[in-house]
Amino acid sequence: MDHRIEKRVELQAPVSRVWRALTDHREFGEWFRVKLDGPFVAGQISRGQITYPGYEHIKWQAIVQKMEPERLFSFTWHHSFDPNADITKEPTTLVEFSLEQTKGGTLLTLTESGFENLPDNLRLEAFRRNDGGWTEQMKNIGSYVAQKP
Amino acid sequence: MTARRLAYASFFAALGDETRLSLIAKLCGGQPRSISQLREGSKLTRQAITKHLRVLERAEILHSVRTGRESRFEFNPQAIEGIKEYLDFVSEEWDRALSRLKSFVER
Repeated sequence: MDHRIEKRVELQAPVSRVWRALTDHREFGEWFRVKLDGPFVAGQISRGQITYPGYEHIKWQAIVQKMEPERLFSFTWHHSFDPNADITKEPTTLVEFSLEQTKGGTLLTLTESGFENLPDNLRLEAFRRNDGGWTEQMKNIGSYVAQKP
Repeated sequence: MTARRLAYASFFAALGDETRLSLIAKLCGGQPRSISQLREGSKLTRQAITKHLRVLERAEILHSVRTGRESRFEFNPQAIEGIKEYLDFVSEEWDRALSRLKSFVER
């Protein structure tokens, strides 16, 4: 089974503009909806708080992998439902944004790979790790999806 | 919202309750149990337990099987074989994020 996501999107904006939207931590935060503590630095952990409605209690944690200007930006992140999860101890997937100049602007390719690293029974895992915080989180997600069908 | 996304959402909504989590914990072992068995050690009425069981059944976390006059509930292992479904869930989240990125850089 192919445990991988791949998306291609044509953006009507120059590569330099897209690069900035991806790698400037404030700009990334605006469209991704996360408030990051500081700039992205290759090899370092990026931390912040998700600002996406209904998910505000979730912390953002990623390890920046590559920053090849106007070509490739990548990071690894974890998929734990535990708000206290530590990225250095969790299995991660790799997210890569690669950019290519086109006539109309930029071709952005997003891949996320390494889902085979995650426990096969991801949801059971989420259940097993249940503590008060997780139950609370599920309530929030539950009410979020109820409001936004 | 796609059907799959909705299914994923209802799965989590169904879990968002202490009583239901404790019911699943009792059924996780794989042994089907009757409502009376599930009520053991709980202060809830039969009616309240039944209501929670129905929510879990609708989210396909549990199945009910009739034996004689009694319904027994069992855990549906397929409910947690979620990797494929989870991948689709993440994939849809990316669609949404990339469409926000598109409007962000094209404005």
